[in-house]
Amino acid sequence: MSHRLGTGGRLIDRTRPMEFTFNGKAMRGYGGDTLASAMLGAGQVLAGRSFKYHRPRGVVASGAEEPNALVGLGEGQRFEPNQRTTTTELFSGLKATSQNHWPSLEFDVGAVNSKLWRFFPAGFYYKTFIAPRPFWKHVYEPIIRRSAGLGKAPAAESRDADRYEQIYAFCDVLVIGGGIAGLAAAKAAADKGQRVVLVEQTVAFGGRAVVDGAVIDGQSAEAWVAAQLAALHGMDNVTVLSRTMASGVYDHGYVLAYQRVADHEPGADKPRHRLWRVRAGHVVTATGAIERPLSFAGNDLPGVMLAAAVRDYVVNWAVSPGKRVAVVTNNDDAYRTALALHAAGVAVAAVIDARAEATGELPAKARAAGIRVLEDTAIRHVEGGKAVTGVALCRFDSDGGAVFETLACDAVAMSGGWSPVVHLWSHCGGKLTWDESGAFFRPDPARPPLGQDGQGFVTAVGTANGVLDTAGVLADAGSSAVVEVEAEAPMKPVWMMPAQADYLLRAKMWLDPQNDVKVSDVQLAAKEGYASVEHTKRYTTLGMATDQGKLSNINGLAILSDALGQPIPQTGTTTFRPPYTPISLGVIAGEARGGIFQPLRKTAMHDWHEAKGAHWEPVGHWRRPYCYPQGNESHKDAVAREINQVRGSVGLLDASTLGKLLVKGPDAGRFVDMLYTNLMSTLPVGKCRYGLMCNENGFLSDDGVVARLSEDSFLCHTTSGGADRILAWMEDWLQCEWWDWKVHVINLTEQFAQIAVVGPNARKVLEKLGGMDVSREALPFMEWREGALGGVQARVFRISFSGELSYEIAVPASQGQAFWEQLLAAGAEFGVAPYGTEALHVLRAEKGFIMIGDETDGTVIPQDLGLSWAISKKKADFLGKRGMERTAMVSADRWKLVGLETLDGSVLPDGALAPLPGKTPNGQQATQGRVTSTYHSPTLGKGIAMGLVHRGPERMGEVIAFQSASGGEVSARIVDPCFYDKAGEKQDV
Amino acid sequence: MLLLTCPCCGVTAEETEFANGGEAHLKRFGPGSDDADYEAYMFARKNPRGVHFERWRHIYGCGKWFLMARCTMTLEVFGTYRAQTSEPPAEIVAKIKARRPEWEGF
Repeated sequence: MSHRLGTGGRLIDRTRPMEFTFNGKAMRGYGGDTLASAMLGAGQVLAGRSFKYHRPRGVVASGAEEPNALVGLGEGQRFEPNQRTTTTELFSGLKATSQNHWPSLEFDVGAVNSKLWRFFPAGFYYKTFIAPRPFWKHVYEPIIRRSAGLGKAPAAESRDADRYEQIYAFCDVLVIGGGIAGLAAAKAAADKGQRVVLVEQTVAFGGRAVVDGAVIDGQSAEAWVAAQLAALHGMDNVTVLSRTMASGVYDHGYVLAYQRVADHEPGADKPRHRLWRVRAGHVVTATGAIERPLSFAGNDLPGVMLAAAVRDYVVNWAVSPGKRVAVVTNNDDAYRTALALHAAGVAVAAVIDARAEATGELPAKARAAGIRVLEDTAIRHVEGGKAVTGVALCRFDSDGGAVFETLACDAVAMSGGWSPVVHLWSHCGGKLTWDESGAFFRPDPARPPLGQDGQGFVTAVGTANGVLDTAGVLADAGSSAVVEVEAEAPMKPVWMMPAQADYLLRAKMWLDPQNDVKVSDVQLAAKEGYASVEHTKRYTTLGMATDQGKLSNINGLAILSDALGQPIPQTGTTTFRPPYTPISLGVIAGEARGGIFQPLRKTAMHDWHEAKGAHWEPVGHWRRPYCYPQGNESHKDAVAREINQVRGSVGLLDASTLGKLLVKGPDAGRFVDMLYTNLMSTLPVGKCRYGLMCNENGFLSDDGVVARLSEDSFLCHTTSGGADRILAWMEDWLQCEWWDWKVHVINLTEQFAQIAVVGPNARKVLEKLGGMDVSREALPFMEWREGALGGVQARVFRISFSGELSYEIAVPASQGQAFWEQLLAAGAEFGVAPYGTEALHVLRAEKGFIMIGDETDGTVIPQDLGLSWAISKKKADFLGKRGMERTAMVSADRWKLVGLETLDGSVLPDGALAPLPGKTPNGQQATQGRVTSTYHSPTLGKGIAMGLVHRGPERMGEVIAFQSASGGEVSARIVDPCFYDKAGEKQDV
Repeated sequence: MLLLTCPCCGVTAEETEFANGGEAHLKRFGPGSDDADYEAYMFARKNPRGVHFERWRHIYGCGKWFLMARCTMTLEVFGTYRAQTSEPPAEIVAKIKARRPEWEGF
């Protein structure tokens, strides 16, 4: 059983005991512990259950590669599932819960799956849930979703209680990894005067060397690391970050690094995580290597761990995984674990070595220490249920039929060799090469990821570069330090133990313990034709767990290659994608949440609307009042009241969001003639004209009123959502096509507050304000004048989007609020009231005016909307003219705009289609039209709608059927789209 | 994320400060053009695996459009230049030829 040792532990502080709970059970650890070391120290080996078979699982590793020991951390607003205990720093009061079991971790009903393993082969879901097809969505998916997933997602109504932030950094060299290679590389670059950022994912620097106990330049690795770190901290051109994991390397030297600022001190007044967005001139990956498990039957039992992880627990945290540990290996490095255990007073059952002979310096040291070494030996299987009780041994090169000894032990330390961490090298296109002697993929220096200059921008150094001996690591990182360390004899690639294991053994050899993928599954996938590693991955789910195959990939590839009868490099690896380990969603959002998720644009009268209880509608980044409900009034009733007020007397609309683009210059007339479909250059100064803008396809893109301010300047009004887009459209043509035209465009949208005073009493209100003459004679319909109104300088447009007498008044934005209040006061005797966007929409629909985005969808040309009158026949060219000439655009068979009146007076559903009998060539239901705008008209007391109908204007009076909201049909008559004041007399008074 | 240099204001900045505008050096075909020319102008794009000329706008900076020669495979940038031209400048072409001898030319 795992336990805390009486002495030692280079990272723990025994004077700082910390209480925590696991599944409600109180436990104690020390400052400097990880949750994994604290749990092991408290004797808690069982940490969770596996994904598919619900097998009992314990800690395997000591770092980011951990596949098993995932827990739910925290509670309430701070609950987070799937947290690795091996990378979670312990703090007082930590609460952890295990995952994926019911009813309890010790007794799990789902573990019956483990007994039924024969019925859950590779591709189980694909094979089982094929037919019948209609079951996919309603039967199979809910079943699979319920049984899938490890941790529970936080409750939907909970909100993350912590804050997160992002920061930008720039450097000449970014060094990733704070082991001895990273420290040496950082120091070398810093000594040259380069700006250096060094990031290390854990809290402690030094990597493996400080655990393995090398001697560097005559001092301990620990002392050497401390000296290097102190030197780096003392340099102005160096930034050293611990608890910071480089999660991804992207184009042109862009790197994301994830700093866990306050995970270990929850509630501190600090952001919990910080995302570093680093732009580096050069990236050095000193990311080390990850030890590989060995594939023997029962290698997933709690108590079977990686040999180097066992060493870490003993040396760093004074925790032993057992009282009597067996070490199994194919290389010399694992002997360091045996020696470390021995030195800590833990019994070593034996070192089980798959190699024919183990005679190197390290095995010799082990033998000298009295440790039993068994050569040419394999673990046939591990004995035990929820914990290891022993290992059965056989000859390595056998089928496992002859067990020659059963060795009692309560933990197993395994080492199958090492795989360099090549993830960050590979993220941005760095290629790998197969290293025969170490049996691993390492970065190919001839094919690095390329930067903007076409040169490699990533260098791998040290163990990450495939240099596994400590002496070579420092030389590879550019250091001349002299290293004393035991020489290692060659390893022997071992992909299965014993080498000729039979099926029953192979079906108990785990490759990916989190997703329960075994040697037999990969072999079955190969047999069933999955020859590509990417397909095998998806079919078996090998490497698809939250550890992303950090332990399982190479072992799985080797099994697949063997099954396919091809060398490993020919099989290749799956694609390495960021992030290296999961990063929090909170840090991706950073500060962009709540009120600052996106900028909010406010008109000059915004606060007034808010104070009056306006119901808001988002329009682009603007908020516009949808309606102004009074008291308990419903939105529907408020809209009807506002419409009746406008039609009956006078209403006010905040129209400030309307785009206002000033086009000015000697060539301004020529330019607006190209932009608009109609002839704008003939517009006299002082007048307004409604215009349409199309893209080069001829499709309608925006509309609005143009006012000619002077000989060389036009004020172009755009839709509220279209101002920025149309400005960009104008700039594109001016900068990239007609760059010799003398025209300048500026966006005046926010310079003016614009208020529409609308209704039969509109003129009376303005006359009460006093100032400029607003009579029909002085300011006729579709003209504009400048002057003072109520003492405010104003530009007044006689334009109407409602069919009523209407003035749109632009005043400097700074005076918008005051002018709005003057209008309210002046209009009081007429019962003036503000109206919102919904009333605006109904008013314009009653008049049959189109709305961009309702009647248009990017496939509609002006001719479809009865707007041929606004298309110039005189102009040789305008944007979209050529597009409109295409045969499909001039076809009589297009859907065209009509009005629609239901026979029963009901309101048609928005977007409803008019079905036709039969199918289209694509096999879909044939249709002959659709509803584009539909409202209840309080003016007419019935539903009114506009729609696009096949040859619509030719079919006036015809009754056609539309889909109703309930799935039935509604009959509607095709009518003129203008439902109110067809002659247009009311607006021109 | 690419690193781009605006030739108008000289700023080198993150890709998020810019907006891509598709292929550069398109010739506009308006009224009177035949269907094939119009179709090519509107819809036919080179989309090469290799050297590509493209439009970018420094949208969160000086606001100017500019053009860039870039390798779509390696993301190597050969250079950026002002948009007021119908073909890439000679020095950009020379640089691409030096880096990509097999390039068929603009």
